[in-house]
This record gives sequence, structure tokens and C-alpha cells, in this order.
Amino acid sequence: MPAEKLLLLGVNHKTTPLAVRERIALSGGYEQPLATVKGLPGVKECYLLSTCNRVELLLVMEPDSGVEERVVEFLFSGRVAIAEADQYLYRHYGRAAVQHLFKVAASLDSMVVGEAQILGQLKEAYRHAARNGTTGPLLNKLLHKAFSVAKRVRTETAIGSSAVSISYAAVQLAKKIFGHLRGRRVLLIGAGEMAELAAEHLVGQGVDEVVVANRTLARAVALARRFSGRAVSMEELVAQLQHVDIVISSTGSPDLVLRRDEVKSVMRRRMNSPLFFIDIAVPRDLDPELITLDNVYLYDIDDLTSVVEINKSERDREAVKAGRIVEEETLKFMNWYGGVAVTPTIQALKRKLDDIASQELERTLAKMPGLGEAERQQLARMTDAMVAKILHDPLMYLKSESCAGRDRSDAKITLVREVFGLGSDDHEA
Amino acid sequence: MEDFTLLFFRVTLVTAFLAAAAYMVHFVAQGKQVRTIARVLMILSGVLQSGYIVLGFAIAGHTPLTSQHDAVVFFAWSTSIAYLSFRWRYSVKNFGTPVSLMIFLLLLVASFSHKSFAPLPPALQSVWLPIHGGVSLVAYGFLTLAFCGSLMYLLLERELKSKRFGYFFARFPSLGALDQLNHHCLLAGFAFLTVGIVTGSLWARQAWGTYWQWDPKETWSLITWCVYLVQLHQRLTVGWRGKKAAAMSVLGFIGVLFTLWGVTYLLGGVHSYAR
Repeated sequence: MPAEKLLLLGVNHKTTPLAVRERIALSGGYEQPLATVKGLPGVKECYLLSTCNRVELLLVMEPDSGVEERVVEFLFSGRVAIAEADQYLYRHYGRAAVQHLFKVAASLDSMVVGEAQILGQLKEAYRHAARNGTTGPLLNKLLHKAFSVAKRVRTETAIGSSAVSISYAAVQLAKKIFGHLRGRRVLLIGAGEMAELAAEHLVGQGVDEVVVANRTLARAVALARRFSGRAVSMEELVAQLQHVDIVISSTGSPDLVLRRDEVKSVMRRRMNSPLFFIDIAVPRDLDPELITLDNVYLYDIDDLTSVVEINKSERDREAVKAGRIVEEETLKFMNWYGGVAVTPTIQALKRKLDDIASQELERTLAKMPGLGEAERQQLARMTDAMVAKILHDPLMYLKSESCAGRDRSDAKITLVREVFGLGSDDHEA
Repeated sequence: MEDFTLLFFRVTLVTAFLAAAAYMVHFVAQGKQVRTIARVLMILSGVLQSGYIVLGFAIAGHTPLTSQHDAVVFFAWSTSIAYLSFRWRYSVKNFGTPVSLMIFLLLLVASFSHKSFAPLPPALQSVWLPIHGGVSLVAYGFLTLAFCGSLMYLLLERELKSKRFGYFFARFPSLGALDQLNHHCLLAGFAFLTVGIVTGSLWARQAWGTYWQWDPKETWSLITWCVYLVQLHQRLTVGWRGKKAAAMSVLGFIGVLFTLWGVTYLLGGVHSYAR
């Protein structure tokens, strides 16, 4: 069969538990796995995306070359049994592969739908593949298309504006209380991962300073250095409250870390300027009674989740719009793809007939030395006309399908190639 | 001329209504196009109110402030001007909705009493009339904005404290922005109010020979002034802000309304408008 196949296979956070994804994660960077996959016989082009939520390989391969199984073997490389791997792995061919890629690029397949990071990761992965020469004309076109689809989704829908995550919700609440966050200060109590993530979001919104309080000072110092902030001990907590505006608490402490009376005493010294507490610890760190103080706002993890829920319903509406854009772009791409597969076949067919005609003409002319220039040209014109007339019907046959589905055009290309004995070598012309 | 004045007023009223309606639609649907329409209507409404006051001046030969109708129109105009002057410097999300509604309601109230074409009584024929009356009503304009902002603050604060994020959460500006707006409007309103009371006192000295005669309107504006003074003092010294300040603004505004209407209709006195 002449036409190459597009295959996308991989695992993501939806199909595969973290424990399995960890074993697949390609820690050694992109270069080595890309080279290995490209080296497999039957692989024409390849591209690899590896993030903490997904590992995906996009291949242009010779059909029936058996390369698919070898790629799967490589991906799990003995760390996961193939039989087990099959239940996690998804494989998309042709149109479905294109659609999946577009969805991923548009952040419709992300854990946090609408988050912008994935596009950057996609571009990074593409840079590696392009630099290593593992992508070809088809994947180059396809990936650039994916980037522009992502951009279109971002500008035409509001999917990015209400990204859904706890730390995003924290930022949203903080903005509802303070307006903008420039010049505000954050105090992290406990140096957990969630607190770090929330702090990162807040710093991204222009928060001025990050202060970290932790039981083990070394960890506090390390985290503070990340945000070029400062570390304090847990004993200084109440004193620090006077200087900060946002407090994120996430200690493992079984008891309350801050009580209502402590905060109340600080409010007077703060001239009542608002204090925003986020308690993401379980069990809780902060006295629930804090909320009864004027100008003090306290939210625990459940409250933030309810903000997330509001955003979700809003986002779901936008996701429908985004899905339609992806659908539309997939269709456009497949039409283009169908067109290019036909073109090389037409070229190969033309070349073959032209070659035959010119060879035969030369041979005939060699046997008839007495012919004048005018007669020679007459003969040449005759063979050209014959070639053109023979070509006419097969070309019409091939071209008529360029707007039909990919599957039918595949069959037609195959038929024409087999009838005229066109080798697959010509195909990449 | 009276017909034309009435027509002009009706056009102004309808424009104010359309502005309020457009802001309402924008508030519910949050469309950008509607917002642009609402803003244009709001500015147009302000221009028409200005025109109506100028027209009144041209007809009567003095600033139209002495009848119930004229005073309330001037009040609405002050609110428009105060809003537009703020809007010029910084925008507060969806603040136009309550303000445009207030302006429309004021003009609606004005439409129930007729414009007076009677000549000015001799006691009011003074240069102090536009100064004292105008400045006081401009103060009311700013205090109206503080009132609107405070109401929004109280509604949003309740949602944030109860952790039930509903309708207002998505639509209202931040608490910080509202509090700042209240503060600015309060400062401006308080300053104008002070000037209004002082000029009134000077005029009283000139007209009646005494600075202060405990006329009901004088008394009530003094009470209102004290409410705002307390709030301002507390804010600047111990940082009263947010909910308490907003509640005080609402209280002060009730004082303003009572000074404007309650006194006229319930208590009488030299400030009662000709009806």
C-alpha cells in the first residue's frame, strides 16, 4: 500500500494511573528516544511529547510494517507488561490522531482544562523533534497547524480565562478582595507543595514579597530563596501578620496554628487593612472563627473547591465552543492531507508515462535515420498526445476524490499505483 | 417656552432611563457592546441634564434651585457629574449600573413636581443662592456615589463572608476598589458639604443677621455632617474601613435624603421648597 499512516499513541492522566506513568516517563530528555523511534524500520517521521500528565508519540509510518508493536515495546521497554500496557494505551489513526493532537494543543485534554502551559510544552517538544530531524513535511505541517488551532481556541473562546484549579481560585478570591495584587505580601505557613503552587500563582500576579514560616527552618529558607523572599520561624508568626496581606497555611500540625484572638490583636495594629487567609491543611490550621472578624477573610480547601465549581460550569460552555473549532480544523487538515497524498501519485504516474514515451521515441527514431526535423517533431508531438490522453482518465479518477474522505482516496491511490506498477519509491517525490 | 422646557425634560428623563436600562442589560449579560452603548447614553444623559439646567437659568435669570423639581434635577445632575468625573480617572467594574439607576430615579421623582416659573422671592435673590445651593447639591452627588459603592460593598462582602459565591461575585468590582471609591467619594462629598454649610451660614448672617438659627434643615444637615465626620475621623485614625465604613455611608445617605425631603415635607422651615 502506498499511503503512509498517521498514528498517535500514548498514555495520559485519564487512562493511566500515576504509578504506571512514572515508569514510562522519559527522564533522559527527548534526543535519545526520538533517535531510537526514528531508527525503527517503517517509521518515516516521529514526534514525542512527554509531560507529567502524558506521554504521546506521533508517527508517520509505513502501513503493515509491524512498527506499531515495536514502538509500543519501546515505550514500555519491559517495565510494564505489554498485555497490561494495552489497557492504558490509546491509539488514534489518521483523522482521530489529528483531532487528538489539536485537542491536546488547545488544552481540552489537560487535567486543568484551559491551562496555557501545554502549548509551551508542545512547542518545546516540537523544537526537539525538528532539531533532530525526526519530523518531515507531514508532521511539520500538522504541528504548526496544531499551534494555530490552539491560538484560535484561545482567542475565540474564554476557555483560558477561568482556568480551574485550587491555586487559581485562591488568586481569584484574592483579587476580589484586594483588587490587584501588586505590592501585596504573602506569608506561607508550612512549606508544602500546594502552598508553593499557590504562592507561585500569586507571584505571577504581581505579589511583592513571599515570607515563609516553617517548623524546619532549612526548608523555609530553601523555599523562600525560590521566591527571593525571606524565612521566619513559627514563633514569629503573629508578629509577621502585621506586615502581610495574604496567608496560606498548609502545615501538618494537628492543632490550630492561629487563633481568633491572636489575629484580632493584630488587626488593630494593621489599621484594619484586610487579611486574606487560605487554609489548605487537613486537619485545619486556622481557627474557623477568624471569619467573624471584620476585614478578615478565611477560606479552607472546600471553599476554594466551590469557587472551582463555579469556574467549571462557565468553562464547560466554552469547551463546547472550543470543541467545535477543533472539529472544524481537523476537517480542514484532513482535506489538505487527502490532497497531498494524491499529488505524488499523479506526479509519479505522469513521470512514468513520460519516461516510457521518450524511451520508445528515442528507440524508434534511432531506427529511422532518414527522417527530417519536421517529421521527428511530428512523432514527438504524437507520443505526447498519446500520453496525455492515456493519463486523462486515471487523473480524473484520482482527482475526483480529493474532497472525499481519506479512506476512499487511499483505496483509489492504491488501485492506480498497483495497476500502473508505481513503486513506493516514487511516493515521496 | 413652557412646552419646550417640558419636552426637554422628558427627553432627558427618557435618556436617563435608557442609560439605566442599558447598564442593567450589561450587568446581567456582561456584553461589551451594550456597555459601550450604556456609556454613551450616560454621557448623553449628563449633557442633556446640563442643558436643561442652563435652559432653566436662561428662562428664570437665576440658577434653578428653588423648587422641589429644580433641586432634584440639580441633585441628579451633580450625581452624573460626580460619576463622570470619577469615571474619567479610574473605572470601577459595573459601577455605572447602580449610579445610572439612581440618576434615573431622581429624575423620575423630579418629574412628579412641576417646574416653577414663579419669580424668585426677594430673600433668595442673592449671589449666595447658586453658591450655597449648588455646592450642597454637588456634595449630595458625591455622597450618592459613596452610597451606591457602599451598598455594593455590603452585598459583596456578605457573599464573600458566607462563602456562597453567587451572582454578585462575578459581577461586582473588588472590595478593595469599592472601599477606595467610597473613601474618595466621601472625602469629596464631605468637603463640598462643609463648604455648603459654611456658605449657608454666611448667607444667613447676611440675610437674617444670624449665622445659625436652628432651622430644621440646618439641624439635619448638621446631623448628617456629623455622621460623615465621625466616619472620616475613624477611618483616618483607627482605620475604620470596609463594612463599618460602608454601613456609615448608608446611614449618612439616609440623613441626606431626610434633609432633602423629610425636612421639606415633615418639618417645614425657611428651606422648604415652593411646591
